[in-house]
Amino acid sequence: MAGQLPTTEFDDIPDALLDELESLAHDRGEGQLGMVQLLDEDGHFNSGSHFSEHAKRLTSDELRGLYRDMATIRRFDAEATALQRQGQLALWVPVRGQEAAQIGSGRATRPEDYLFPTYREHGVALTRGVELGELLRLFRGVSNGGWDPRETNFHLYTLVLAAQVPHAVGYAMGIQRDAARAAAAGRDSGAQAVPSPAVVAYFGDGASSEGDIHESMVFAASFKSPVVFFCQNNQWAISVPTEVQSRIPLHHRAKGYGFPGLRVDGNDVLAVHAVTEWALARARSGKGPVLIEAYTYRQGAHTTADDPTKYRLSEEEQAWLVKDPIARFEKYLRAEGYADDAFFADVAAEGDALAAKSRKDVLAFEAPSLAEAMSHVYAERHPLVEEEIAWHLGYESGFADDESAKEGGH
Amino acid sequence: MPTMTLAKAINTGLRDALAADETVMLMGEDIGSLGGVYRVTEGLKAEFGGDRVIDSPLAESGIVGASIGLALRGYRPVDEIQFDGFVFPAFNQITTQLAKIHARSAGRLTVPVTIRIPYGGGIGSVEHHSESPEALFAHTAGVRIITPSNPHDGYWMTRRAIECEDPVIVFEPKRRYWLKGEVNTEEPGASADPFRAHVVREGTDATIVAYGPLVPVALAAAAAAAEDGRSVEVVDLRSLSPIDFDTVTASAEKTGRLVVAHEAPTFGGLGGEIAARVSERAFLSLEAPVIRVGGFHMPYPVAKVEGQYLPDIDRILEALDRAFAY
Repeated sequence: MAGQLPTTEFDDIPDALLDELESLAHDRGEGQLGMVQLLDEDGHFNSGSHFSEHAKRLTSDELRGLYRDMATIRRFDAEATALQRQGQLALWVPVRGQEAAQIGSGRATRPEDYLFPTYREHGVALTRGVELGELLRLFRGVSNGGWDPRETNFHLYTLVLAAQVPHAVGYAMGIQRDAARAAAAGRDSGAQAVPSPAVVAYFGDGASSEGDIHESMVFAASFKSPVVFFCQNNQWAISVPTEVQSRIPLHHRAKGYGFPGLRVDGNDVLAVHAVTEWALARARSGKGPVLIEAYTYRQGAHTTADDPTKYRLSEEEQAWLVKDPIARFEKYLRAEGYADDAFFADVAAEGDALAAKSRKDVLAFEAPSLAEAMSHVYAERHPLVEEEIAWHLGYESGFADDESAKEGGH
Repeated sequence: MPTMTLAKAINTGLRDALAADETVMLMGEDIGSLGGVYRVTEGLKAEFGGDRVIDSPLAESGIVGASIGLALRGYRPVDEIQFDGFVFPAFNQITTQLAKIHARSAGRLTVPVTIRIPYGGGIGSVEHHSESPEALFAHTAGVRIITPSNPHDGYWMTRRAIECEDPVIVFEPKRRYWLKGEVNTEEPGASADPFRAHVVREGTDATIVAYGPLVPVALAAAAAAAEDGRSVEVVDLRSLSPIDFDTVTASAEKTGRLVVAHEAPTFGGLGGEIAARVSERAFLSLEAPVIRVGGFHMPYPVAKVEGQYLPDIDRILEALDRAFAY
């Protein structure tokens, strides 16, 4: 079986895992199998997988933390959706259904890693310590960013599909050069390895069709850059099903680039955490990229401007609800005795408090002045920008006595 | 002061930048062992190694996109796009990403990426190898655009572009790569600021504004006009974004007549922007409307007829005649 993968390229992978990946590589239909899964829909743990060892290392605190994160982001997501419905946000991009894919992968990263999200990675943002209210600035229309990526190594959202993925590869190439420079400077004796960061590039099944994904994978493979391509296959690119993006399981594409790819049950937080941790460790050790396809489902709309009833059946939605990532993990935590009613009540209360705080934050956001936004177009002085700022301020000052000017209009 | 070609001056600028700052690195197609199709990066891989002078996969979006990531990690990548007509696969990365990251991060992030693009015609080449797409980029806020017309500027514009905290596109006039001139690598002199225009010939009766490959043509036209008793000033624009309107306007106010020449198509080109600005600023000083000389509204023509497409001395003199007819 293992012979079907270019094993010479992946000789760092143990035979048992290679066999497991190879057997999983053959889709067995409906996406039910053919993927790494540690928790089935009823929350039963599969200790037969190579990756079960990763999961077994998690402490009970860490396990409860994974649940807390998933429940928290679901509550926040519901609040943001409500804020949009109430006219307080221009748009919202719901994450409901993808919590395990995001929390599992985000929690597998280290502080020194750098993550490039698309625009739905609210759960990943939570794991990186981004103040969740900051995520709403973009959708409130007061910022195109909102948070400082240098504080959390969680990059700004990118709305042009896949455009952030070559950035991730370049960032990983920079990490490689840092290591080379450190070695050249004699700072790395070899005996004590400097903590080696890795990069995660998030994108979806729709974005996987973009040329930037192809170019990124070519670069990363050629230079063996420490980047994990994390594709959340949520089955729908707005209204177009995954089958239109790819006629083969998406993770199979990795083989064509010469690095490993695998599919993981994206609704199984333990499996996602384990495979991401494995892929990051591999990347850190200089073995190059991995493609992870997290097989999941967007339970809600693409954005609040979308209407899924026009393109998919409620039967499909119902079938996926049975696989819900949070309900599944709750069953596991309860069955194994890791958490009780009091814990779940606490988490729910914390979520409500966060939602209330986020709502308050949103209503208090102040829009930047247009002149301030103009001042950020260039890092260095620019005569045209200065001239236009001066003109704009002079023009606006003519409306100083007009109340409407304070609302940004005339 | 050494005399060298424009290509060698840029090569020297790249070399000195690599030597001065270990975060500077070059990336592009065939720039390593081959030294680039125009040999502008010749010898640099041998001197600085393959980690700093990278032969990239053949993928322009990947080159610019990866450079953005490298810049976010603290590097100063210098990309070579092999030919003007091949920049378009990277157009998305340049216009939607590179140009906007500083603004959308509210000034928190900088992406000091330099993109070198050989541009322009006159070399008898095939399709997509002779274009002048600068206006498409000048329309995008967040990038700076400069273009040298001589070796000394070639050296210093390269150095300044790499040092700049903003993304800079350097359009290199490929038919002038072999133009020789004195280069002072110690003292930039008037070339210290790459974003200022230079008056390269003084005159009193009319002004020609040109940049990049057409600066020598404009100077030759001014010399020819002098034989007819017309004193023509020539301004080398040097920077296409920002444009040094102060220098251009001052010259137009002095001479009263302005001709703007570029290889790029006239329609929607930078000549129109210059004409509009000068009209707004110096209308009462003008003796004639601003006259534009540029390419036609067509794809760059086949090599055998490019001579009729490219603005030459006679086309510029004809434009001057029209300006003097008022």
